[in-house]
Amino acid sequence: MYALIALGYTMVYGIIELINFAHGDVYTLGSFFSLAILGMIGVDGVVHGPAGILIAIGVIVLAALLCGIVGVLIERLAYRRLRNAPRLAPLITAIGVSFILENIMQLWKGPTPVPFPQFLPDPHFSAGSVSFDAREIIVVAVSVGFMILLQIVIYRTRLGKAMRATAQDRDAAQLMGINVNATIAWTFFIGSALAGVAGFVSGIYYGSTFFYNGYQAGLKAFTAAVLGGIGNIGGAVLGGFVIGMVETMTSACISDQWSVVAVFSILVLVLVFRPSGLLGEQLPEKG
Amino acid sequence: MARVMPHSASLGGRLTGKQWALLVALIVALLLFPLIDRNASHVSAVADAGYFVLLVFGLNIVVGFAGLLDLGYAAFFAIGAYTYAMVASAQFNLHFNFWPMLVVSACVAALFGLILGAPTLRLRGDYLAIVTLGFGEIVPQVFLNLDKYSGGPNGISAVDQPVFFGHAFGFNPIPYYYLYVLAVGLCVVLLNNLRHSRIGRAWMAIREDELAAQHMGINATTTKLMAFAMGASFAGLAGVIYAAKLTLISPDEFNFSVSVTVLAAIVLGGMGSLLGALLGGVLLSLLNFLILPQATNWVHEFGTAIHSNLLLGLDFTNYRFMIYGLILVLVMLFRPEGLIPSASRRAELHAEELAGPKAAQAEQAEYGEPGVP
Repeated sequence: MYALIALGYTMVYGIIELINFAHGDVYTLGSFFSLAILGMIGVDGVVHGPAGILIAIGVIVLAALLCGIVGVLIERLAYRRLRNAPRLAPLITAIGVSFILENIMQLWKGPTPVPFPQFLPDPHFSAGSVSFDAREIIVVAVSVGFMILLQIVIYRTRLGKAMRATAQDRDAAQLMGINVNATIAWTFFIGSALAGVAGFVSGIYYGSTFFYNGYQAGLKAFTAAVLGGIGNIGGAVLGGFVIGMVETMTSACISDQWSVVAVFSILVLVLVFRPSGLLGEQLPEKG
Repeated sequence: MARVMPHSASLGGRLTGKQWALLVALIVALLLFPLIDRNASHVSAVADAGYFVLLVFGLNIVVGFAGLLDLGYAAFFAIGAYTYAMVASAQFNLHFNFWPMLVVSACVAALFGLILGAPTLRLRGDYLAIVTLGFGEIVPQVFLNLDKYSGGPNGISAVDQPVFFGHAFGFNPIPYYYLYVLAVGLCVVLLNNLRHSRIGRAWMAIREDELAAQHMGINATTTKLMAFAMGASFAGLAGVIYAAKLTLISPDEFNFSVSVTVLAAIVLGGMGSLLGALLGGVLLSLLNFLILPQATNWVHEFGTAIHSNLLLGLDFTNYRFMIYGLILVLVMLFRPEGLIPSASRRAELHAEELAGPKAAQAEQAEYGEPGVP
């Protein structure tokens, strides 16, 4: 799941070199949207059979669409004007956007965790001594599915080609007739839509959501993106799984309280010793 | 740009006579304030603005002067506060004197600034932001988890209050008020001199162009480290007074929102500008301690008068962080130099408008005004 959020970070950073602090909050927004949609169609208890799966797919698509639109709006209203401003300006703006989103969500659903309806049946499976929930399988399946989809979009479509060109050299891409603004807007759309999917998945998995979730989840996902090598899609996926493991291991072996410390220590260590990440290439600082 | 430089250079100098007069008037007003306004809660609110202004000054060194985005600044504040609280409370049954601890805590915070800075300052700007953000998360977590030493989630209570030549400060806000005025005043003098010293100019050179600065013989790493340590020491100092005034500290007072609030004040006032930092700090703490609670009261009174449950349910203090967020975004979009910009920052951000021959006149009009910092 961190991998899904990390993908959005990596995409945006890859294309305009901006750490989108608001991304974690778009993710929370995704779970809130899913919640609202489920509320609107009146899903409360467990829905068995294909109906449940249909609902799940519908909610994912809608939540992703809404989040994508929010992402595009953020880019259009806040970041686009600052594209050529000094480096710190967009970063600070991103923090501001993140705070605004958090507050909107707090006003919307209140300052306490909100329960998320568990409408999918949840049978247990066991293979030998290992047992797992259907829910966990859904999380993994959805994540992997969207990653494959993203890979296809980036490497097999015109839009993907335009995105890669813009990431390499914005001016040259423009000269080649690529609509850079539209490409960047699409990048935000896809990244935010993935965050929306992650938001839905997290709601299903944890059974509740909270307006402040996105902040820490966003930070951890960013750690994942950096760990894998920022700007690198495969790296983001790998980093996401590693971070998830580290978190679980620390919780299990030391104590739950230290898992945050462990994750951020990894972030610091990676940035200090291998700033290009596990799969990244060395990038000189751009001026 | 060539036209801009001499102007900005002349304006970048020390305070002019007119500004000194303004400053003296401000100081007199500040000194007399508790005598005129007998409302202890008002004095207390202004005193609370004091620690905030100290934080703003400290972060202004890091963000404004040296151009390093530090998002974990509250961590140093926490370190300063906890350093004092641990050695001046029943926690370890130590009761160190308040005054030397001011210096000691500032040094401890600076030391942590060095420890964090040494490995990370070689990173690119936005990575640095993330690492400091992570650090800002780790420190309160550590204080939260090390409950043997720091009291865990309850924090440390009954922290010793300062005693000045046998005169105990107690819970009376007035002595703290004067202490803050003194500290802020000292910092203004210190910062004003620091800004134009060798190290201050080196910070700004690094902010503008790190590569060029290095070619001029500036050691980028040590210069940045200095900025980090200095900024951290201000936060450490603020932390001690804060802990002593409140007599109670707990880990959740030092979370990310503190860092962002301080950042919002700097952005609002103008990055790298001394008066701007002062103004931004005062404005935001007024907003925090006076305006929002007051506005909420008024709306509630109004709501009672017209029997509106909607108005009664409003609490503006809940919107605080949205306001900070809006400040950050709107200032960055529409006035990136802040309310009272430093001259060089303004020149930098409006270079294009000033480039043409027409702009030269505009520049005269804009920069020719004496008395603008």
